[in-house]
Amino acid sequence: MKLEEEVVRRQRERARIVGWLLGAFVVLVFFITIAKTRMNW
Amino acid sequence: MPAIELTTPAALPADWRDILALTKPRVMYLVVFTGLCGLLAAPAMPPFVLGFTAILCIALGAGACGALNQWYEADLDAKMRRTAKRPLPAGRMDRQSALHFGVGLAFFSVLLMGLATNWLAAGLLAVSILFYVLIYTVWLKPRTVQNIVIGGAAGAFPPLIGWVAATGHMSALPLLLFAIIFLWTPPHFWALSLFVRSDYAAAGIPMLPVVAGVENTRRQIFIYSLPMAAAAVAPWLLGLTGPVYGACAAVLSFVFLVLAGRVLANRATEPAQMAPEKKLFAYSVFYLFALFAVLVADRWLAS
Repeated sequence: MKLEEEVVRRQRERARIVGWLLGAFVVLVFFITIAKTRMNW
Repeated sequence: MPAIELTTPAALPADWRDILALTKPRVMYLVVFTGLCGLLAAPAMPPFVLGFTAILCIALGAGACGALNQWYEADLDAKMRRTAKRPLPAGRMDRQSALHFGVGLAFFSVLLMGLATNWLAAGLLAVSILFYVLIYTVWLKPRTVQNIVIGGAAGAFPPLIGWVAATGHMSALPLLLFAIIFLWTPPHFWALSLFVRSDYAAAGIPMLPVVAGVENTRRQIFIYSLPMAAAAVAPWLLGLTGPVYGACAAVLSFVFLVLAGRVLANRATEPAQMAPEKKLFAYSVFYLFALFAVLVADRWLAS
């Protein structure tokens, strides 16, 4: 595999993982907010 | 970017597996487990998502410690067989990326802990990260033979953080859990350092077997095992746990002392003949897992 192709492959792979992690973080923050709101009721 | 500039492995973007390896995931299990036990043993149970987030933050904080430790010790790691294949010494990642990743992860874990649980837990997490990186890695480890003794405090924080994340305050039991891990760390690491001491010597790290010799280390392992065993049964003696924990802690600690006694009796100096040391190291991991699992079981049985 050429070096340039390897760079692109790694960048794409990392971008995909970061995307999933950010999505999971948004979901987590949503549920944290719900839980904290319920605790303060 | 022209391909001709990309001549070294570090010039490539780091593979995600190397970024994951930077967090030392194998070391993280024990940290996460003891933190989870601290949370589960607490008298107040937070909502699931907040408890989950607290444990996640402890794991991320431990990952930040691993990354910053590898960033600082990249040169030392290159000299030791056990660590030479890590991403930084092997040249699969550049040091600046590791530093940015570690600092970012540390800030993120503390901030998320504070927002999700409470700021006392976040403060303790911040102190544990700073203690591990600045006090242990930068200051103590390369300078003094007592590095593991004092530095062990960094690894003792997770159950305290877990408890405080659940309750919002400290009490006697989580402080005893802190003491157990604090006193467990020297015999655990010294047992390991006995059979990998040539690695530490090659890297110039003043571990006890390198500086004070094998026999002295064996004596210190046994001496430190005694207060560790006392701390392990103390929660029961002080009436903070039930008899199930007390009986299990006594048996587990007795076996630990027997194995430490065998290490003390061993006269071998070659790593190949250090079966008692290897057995004590393996048992010490099981010991901590079992002790904390029994503690949670006992607290749940009592409630």
